[in-house]
Amino acid sequence: MSTALRSRAWKLLEMVTTPLLPSDYLDLVSPLRAGADLRGRIEAVHPETDDAATVVIRPGRGWRGHTAGQYVRIGVDVDGVRMWRAYSLTSPTNRRDGRVTITVKAIPDGKVSNHLVRRAKPGTLIQLDQPTGDFVLPQAKPAKVLYLTAGSGITPVMGMLRDTEFDDVVMVHCAPRPQDVIFRNELHDLVADKKLRLTEVHSATDGMLDVARLDELVPDWAERETWACGPAGLLDAAEEHWTEHGVQERLHTERFRPGVVVAGDGGEVTFSATGKAVDADGATPLLDVGEEAGVLMPSGCRMGICFGCVTPLKAGAVRDLRTGEITEAEPGVLIQTCVSAAAGPCDIDR
Amino acid sequence: MTAIDPTAHLTAEQIEELGRELDAIRDEVIAGRGEKDAAYIRKVISAQRKLELVSRGVLLFSMFPPAWLLGTAGLSVAKIMDNMEIGHNILHGQWDWMRDPKIHSTTWEWDHVSPADQWKHSHNELHHTYTNVIGKDNDLGYGIMRVDEDQEWHPIHLGQPLWNFINACFFEYGIAAYDLELGENLDKRRRKNPEFRARAKAVGRKIRKQVLKDYVIHPLLSGPSFLTTLAATFTANLVRNIWSHSVIMCGHFPEGVQVFERRSIKDETRGQWYLRQMMGSANISGSRAMHFMTGNLSHQIEHHLFPDLPSNRYAEVAVKVRALFEKYELEYVTGPLPKQVFSAWRKVFRLSLPNKKPEVKTPDREQELVAA
Repeated sequence: MSTALRSRAWKLLEMVTTPLLPSDYLDLVSPLRAGADLRGRIEAVHPETDDAATVVIRPGRGWRGHTAGQYVRIGVDVDGVRMWRAYSLTSPTNRRDGRVTITVKAIPDGKVSNHLVRRAKPGTLIQLDQPTGDFVLPQAKPAKVLYLTAGSGITPVMGMLRDTEFDDVVMVHCAPRPQDVIFRNELHDLVADKKLRLTEVHSATDGMLDVARLDELVPDWAERETWACGPAGLLDAAEEHWTEHGVQERLHTERFRPGVVVAGDGGEVTFSATGKAVDADGATPLLDVGEEAGVLMPSGCRMGICFGCVTPLKAGAVRDLRTGEITEAEPGVLIQTCVSAAAGPCDIDR
Repeated sequence: MTAIDPTAHLTAEQIEELGRELDAIRDEVIAGRGEKDAAYIRKVISAQRKLELVSRGVLLFSMFPPAWLLGTAGLSVAKIMDNMEIGHNILHGQWDWMRDPKIHSTTWEWDHVSPADQWKHSHNELHHTYTNVIGKDNDLGYGIMRVDEDQEWHPIHLGQPLWNFINACFFEYGIAAYDLELGENLDKRRRKNPEFRARAKAVGRKIRKQVLKDYVIHPLLSGPSFLTTLAATFTANLVRNIWSHSVIMCGHFPEGVQVFERRSIKDETRGQWYLRQMMGSANISGSRAMHFMTGNLSHQIEHHLFPDLPSNRYAEVAVKVRALFEKYELEYVTGPLPKQVFSAWRKVFRLSLPNKKPEVKTPDREQELVAA
């Protein structure tokens, strides 16, 4: 069928289905088809540790594929409420069956992570975004690689390890106890095959990893192209350490949590498109304020990295919760609602 | 309006206590909203879409009488579901808490000639805020009828049984005109107002789409069944219109429902607002199927108290609300559909004629509160 004919047929269909769209009907039978909003179906949930699990997802036909190390925003209905979070993809990019995996660690009071690890059922439909993120391997293979990870920070790196083999790879991974190391068996298999040199630091017995110890653990660390992912403390220390030695261009980091430093004055927040106004304090992200008020807020990582939540600021001022920086309204100013709080009265275009 | 204020026995403190008890009922439902509720609305939406699709499919062969009958019945039910349990309730924001952009009051559009955003304004903001306040709530007779003794009589009201019947048959157009405030806006000066013109255009576009779908494309697709399909879609719209008109008449027009004067809502407290909703609404009793087909507007009292609670919860809320009516010795106006429809129609006929001014005026809360 020619494109012109097809588009005419589609227009006719739209006239029949108005006020709905033909896709609203197609979604009933084929939610993963090409052309649909990007969704995925959970096919399996495999426990990894006591509080981590790998979720196998069959993405919709519109999935464009990922690069090792990237993350994906997923929308999951928890207790009936759609919640969006970002998780690193842990599957290799060339998986034959086209499935992708994310590996999730349940964090205390984490609504989505606990739901995915403990309650998610195969067959459940979830919302997906295209994969994104620049914590990825370069085109040209570096001769020597160091992966520096802690806790669930291992997840993007596992995506890399499964995807690309290097001649000389060292990994320093930090977890409370041996049984808390996600992917432990697979890592040890790689070690047995001589594809990886691994140092596990068990913080419950050895204390937190001090980056100064790298000299002893990986003497040639400064020569290695390094990918680091873990808690802010570790990454801050690594950035400082690498900069001190003048090799900061070899360090690539991925942060899972924003470092919140400043909370300022709140104010009345107006959501002018919805016609709602609520009082907000200076510490609560506008995303939470809007969601609490029943406003349809786009959201994503909730930590200021994915820009899934950007929204025009029509009036007033907001404060970046990570830096304390004040942003004032101007035409075209977009703010990340997940890391911005009211700094006085403001108007958000939602 | 009754000669005796049925809330006169309540003190100001009791009214506020009543308000707190109602708040508690609301909080309980909100805390318990979850997966089951979400599954409910998705199931209803999915069932409605399938029913509409199958019915329209069957109507492609509507020249065969059984197909006509089946298809028309199915399409009528599908349209009623779309407008009542699904559209009305989603547009109230009852399902916004799910944060699903596809089932949200800001994105939803319904099978109705009045565009969702205009209906939301006149219905959610005006009718639900000023429920049964003469001169503020245009739902009181839709500006074409007299539904309370205190509304002034004009000779035009002699025809109101007829106006009401015509309005019932073409209810969606009545609503569209009403949402546009057509009566007032056709005034020469206001007609040119750009805001009104933009809204009128939007209604025009919506009517065009609806008419094209039901009266042109679907019949054309039916080929030799063109005329019978045309008759079927017209009938389905008629059935939906008369049904929704009847249900909505039962919500505020039956005998026993109170209306209020403008000045009675000055400085109204939360408790007083609740009390006005309780006294200004009436329910329809019946089976689960009946509640479903009315979009749970059979629980009109509960809906007016808590317009944004999910409709599937009104039945359980009704038990608690009714207990409060008893506790505070208030009349819970309810009855089976035929009885309530008859009661509302009787009022329409009765008030088409002038009446003597009632002796006692509408309850005046300010005076009451001073007295209490």
